[in-house]
Amino acid sequence: MNDEPLVVLDGVNKHFGALHVLQDIDLTIHRGEVVVVIGPSGSGKSTLCRTINRLETIDSGNITIDGSPLPQEGRALARHRSDVGMVFQSFNLFSHKTVLENVVLGQTLVRGTPRAEAEKKAVALLERVGVGHQAGKHPAQLSGGQQQRVAIARALAMDPKVMLFDEPTSALDPEMINEVLEVMRQLAEEGMTMVVVTHEMGFARSAANRVVFMADGRIVEENTPEAFFTAPRSDRAKDFLSKILHH
Amino acid sequence: MDFLNTLTDNTELFRKGFLGTLALTGSSALIALVLGTLMAAFRVSPVPVLRWIGTTWVTILRNTPLTLLFFASVFAVPKLGLNQLTYFVLAMATLGFYTSAFVCEVVRSGINTVPIGQAEAARSLGLTFSQTLRTVILPQAGRTVIGPIGSVLIALTKNSAIAGGFNVVELFSTQKTLTENANPLFAVFFWIALGYLLITLVLSGIFRGLENRLAVAR
Ligand SMILES: Nc1ncnc2c1ncn2[C@@H]1O[C@H](COP(=O)(O)OP(=O)(O)O)[C@@H](O)[C@H]1O
Ligand SMILES: [Mg+2]
Repeated sequence: MNDEPLVVLDGVNKHFGALHVLQDIDLTIHRGEVVVVIGPSGSGKSTLCRTINRLETIDSGNITIDGSPLPQEGRALARHRSDVGMVFQSFNLFSHKTVLENVVLGQTLVRGTPRAEAEKKAVALLERVGVGHQAGKHPAQLSGGQQQRVAIARALAMDPKVMLFDEPTSALDPEMINEVLEVMRQLAEEGMTMVVVTHEMGFARSAANRVVFMADGRIVEENTPEAFFTAPRSDRAKDFLSKILHH
Repeated sequence: MDFLNTLTDNTELFRKGFLGTLALTGSSALIALVLGTLMAAFRVSPVPVLRWIGTTWVTILRNTPLTLLFFASVFAVPKLGLNQLTYFVLAMATLGFYTSAFVCEVVRSGINTVPIGQAEAARSLGLTFSQTLRTVILPQAGRTVIGPIGSVLIALTKNSAIAGGFNVVELFSTQKTLTENANPLFAVFFWIALGYLLITLVLSGIFRGLENRLAVAR
């Protein structure tokens, strides 16, 4: 990690009708940094992630990635999105396509990579996340943990500048959580810039550079994982941590 | 026997009528499928103008009686200076446009059955709207859409009979000549109905086949 800012949110506000889901969010993510976003359900964590690749629009403020502001619409926005990898809670693999096709599609359609080259890269990525032997299957034939690892490979195939993970292990059976976290941990070690919404404290402690705590649409507290989990400063964070620790 | 003679004495007439219906149904089905899918794409597009065009298209065509549309195209369109268009072309366009509104709604509801996460995943990879629609959404919508599309095309086959009232040679219009030539009314209608039944049964067979094929293909 260095001090070069990669993703910058500056005074970001967003409403869903009367609900003020993001309130004056200022957040800078540096190249190679791993930021864990944590907070109660409904605090705006998903929305925050989704504004970074403009799956949600914002009402005011600015978001820049690698120095350039997010385009409004069309091809420029699509190109921008291809630089931001996203991993969803519910995997969202293309269910009518094989695992291999899932990882090939973006490369050929968006990057214009020749098919043979794209397949080679897809195979390599699938092997890297440990599902190389599943390439010919359809997503429904895979376990949740395997599907999520394919989803990570699919995002990595675009060579993104930053990866967003929105509760990537929340939909998984407990025994599959670690295989996904392990892939993410490795990615972090290799220097990928990551924003990870998760309540997995083990992951936060071992892989994150920083924890951002959100409540009611605001960033209430930011700290190193160690400091945040052992000595939270705000009452909201203390309250929240006591709840998830006692589960 | 009168009943059979109605068919055997008029094979040429029946053949022409049957082929007319086939040509009219086939060509307007093609228009309806292409245009209907396009309008469905318009209706879900992020561009407000396109959405408006799609909605207006469907609202007007779906809520106007087909006979009225035929009147409009056969009598009004030539007055607009397009008088070189044949009745067949006008009928084809009318049926095609009318049916496209129904195809559009079937395709649109098919699109709505595809989980929103599929489109979000595609968009976050950097696929454009049309790439997302073509490679991710429509192929998945296809499975739920194919049955209802079959019904729409069967309705189209039957609706094509209206064209007979507007100087187009098709199956139903043969009844005029046949009854004038003193064929038994019942026989005339029986053979004509059989002609339509032949087309619609083949259509349902094709679509049932497609449905099974798509169901297996995953
Ligand atoms: N598309 C939407 N329309 C309206 N309200 C929404 C929408 N998405 C999320 N919300 C609301 O915004 C708030 C924040 O949601 P979200 O960002 O998903 O929180 P989190 O991920 O922290 O649980 C919640 O109250 C949620 O109900
Ligand atoms: Mg969430």
